[in-house]
Amino acid sequence: MDIIRELEAEQAAKIEAKRTLPEFQPGDTVRVNVRVTEGSRTRIQAYEGVVIARSGAGFQESFTVRKISYGEGVERVFPVYSPLVEGVEVVRRGKVRRAKLYYLRDRRGKSARITENTGVRARKLNDAERAALDAERARIEAEKVAAAQKLAAETPKEAAE
Amino acid sequence: MRSGVIAQKVGMTRIYNDAGEHVPVTVLRMENCQVVAQRTEEKNGYTAVQLGVGLAKVKNTPKALRGHFATASVEPKAKVAEFRVSADNLLDVGSEITVEHFVAGQKVDVTGTSTGKGFQGVIKRHNFGGGRATHGNSLSHRVHGSTGQRQDPGKVFKGKKMAGHMGQTRVTTQNVEVVSTDLDRGLILIRGAVPGSKGAWILVRDAVKATLPENAPKPAAIRAAQNDSAQPGEGA
Repeated sequence: MDIIRELEAEQAAKIEAKRTLPEFQPGDTVRVNVRVTEGSRTRIQAYEGVVIARSGAGFQESFTVRKISYGEGVERVFPVYSPLVEGVEVVRRGKVRRAKLYYLRDRRGKSARITENTGVRARKLNDAERAALDAERARIEAEKVAAAQKLAAETPKEAAE
Repeated sequence: MRSGVIAQKVGMTRIYNDAGEHVPVTVLRMENCQVVAQRTEEKNGYTAVQLGVGLAKVKNTPKALRGHFATASVEPKAKVAEFRVSADNLLDVGSEITVEHFVAGQKVDVTGTSTGKGFQGVIKRHNFGGGRATHGNSLSHRVHGSTGQRQDPGKVFKGKKMAGHMGQTRVTTQNVEVVSTDLDRGLILIRGAVPGSKGAWILVRDAVKATLPENAPKPAAIRAAQNDSAQPGEGA
């Protein structure tokens, strides 16, 4: 493997250890949890809209999310491996026949809708995502329990001392 | 004035820093960067170190250079360059410089041979504006226009910007930032672009227009293990 790919793989692994994005494609409605820093404190901000494009490949891949905010179209491009993207939830899977949905920019209202994808593949993906979410929740719960037990095990010792 | 180093351009990629910001970087690799010769005030009239980098096949190295490398007792090098240094920063022949020579956040000047563009017109080569696209323009969309005045002076002034060969010249970019260094793989990550094509040799020096950070190693970051392994060999 050449050095550039090695460096990229390392960074990708670092990000993937923290979070993995579910499978999603153009036409899907997603909620992107973005880390925002205001002054000294950071918080998570949700940005919900339709994915109109995925571009690039590997570590350089990014996706574009479009939404209508106060009657004005807003598009944001998120790198897939950006540390500022805390996570992505798929709200709705859409059925589209294009890889790039730039035609949505010229449309408003009814004509800008995307029909929901109710195919087998979409259902499978949804199930997989739900399972992954459940597993994640269970993991966090287990971690909490473990931490509590550890704390409980430590406190009597200190009391004994 | 410290010595610079010779490195090879690997390519570009991106890095996310601790704040989550995206930083475009050029990756430079340094392999076996050793001091091949010294230039001293008494002998040469100036002080400098000659560095060699990379690995060259012995059969492809001219005999004169083989002798030069043999006197320094270093392996034949793929690229050799001289760096002016002040007398107190002179380095011993044979010592190997590591990438820790530069510290993260430091400003450096990078020199390389820019990518050759071939014969180019004035629009690309000198940023001329070009002619109009329409309104009766005839065959003069990308031409340079007039090149001078009338019978007096009656000649085209020297240095007139015209079409010609572009690129493949020595270019120095000043005050570029070192993002990080990787000692194990011998990598220097530099913010932004560096002149030259992939695989080209790049000279990296401390920036002349910025002050050197306090924690930069002086006279240079020398690989210690190399010296340790060399000394028993000399004893035996």
